[in-house]
Amino acid sequence: VVWTEQERAFIQEIFGKLNYEEAGPKALSRVLIVYPWTQRYFGSFGNLCNSEAIIKNPKVAAHGKVVLRGLDRAMKNMDDIKNTYKELSVLHSEKLHVDPDNFKLLADCLTIVIATSMGTSFTPEKQAAWQKFLAVVVSALCRQYY
Amino acid sequence: MLSKTEKELIVHIWEKMLPVAEDIGSEALLRMFTTFPKTKTYFNHLDISPGSQHLRCHGKKIIQALAEGARNISTLTTTLAHLSRFHAYQLRIHPTNFKLFNHCILVTLACKMGDNFTPVAHAAIDKFLSAFSAVLAEKFR
Repeated sequence: VVWTEQERAFIQEIFGKLNYEEAGPKALSRVLIVYPWTQRYFGSFGNLCNSEAIIKNPKVAAHGKVVLRGLDRAMKNMDDIKNTYKELSVLHSEKLHVDPDNFKLLADCLTIVIATSMGTSFTPEKQAAWQKFLAVVVSALCRQYY
Repeated sequence: MLSKTEKELIVHIWEKMLPVAEDIGSEALLRMFTTFPKTKTYFNHLDISPGSQHLRCHGKKIIQALAEGARNISTLTTTLAHLSRFHAYQLRIHPTNFKLFNHCILVTLACKMGDNFTPVAHAAIDKFLSAFSAVLAEKFR
């Protein structure tokens, strides 16, 4: 993957503005509400029966933060996301058995959460750079599936 | 499947977007062209540079059609019959592109509405856009 200086700067800027403690929980709860079939992977999380329950669920919030910290690692290793995520990919495929099509849904929900907080400063160019980054992350997560 | 609450939410949101149809529509298109450059291949006949008259005019048409669909959700197939034929027989857009554009509409709405673009509103609009695109692609084969 080749990153332009502009793309690197945009991605750093977006992470710099992210409140990890809020954005992760918001993105995860959003994906569980907007795409309810993703709830299949969270059977042990307790009450997910409506949007208020999902938003208030402490396990969803805690796991949302885990996800965002994982993304932070990708951002800090942007030139080798593939290897950085090798074990995570094996985990999602062999232990968690997540259909990789769902990674894209969470990525899209995170993009929407960022858009709601950045507003007009989330320009089309920043969106493009951000989505390129997420596409690389998703691809790295899918890599160890067979 | 849209609940009564969702249908009302959808109508409410599109009514708010109608007065700024040019802004919303052109921004969604620009986001799509910037994030997914292959989508530009369908627009060789227009000037799609940021702020161009073509972009604003085309964006406005799309938002107006979406608002019309929102007002007639139960009869989407008949309301959109003409647009459905147009997309199938003349435009012949690869169907995956509808999802890309729908996503960019959602991002545009999120930027404009901030926290008011709640997960519930997001779900309702996403479902509506999926239903709308399905009707547009209905006659493809």
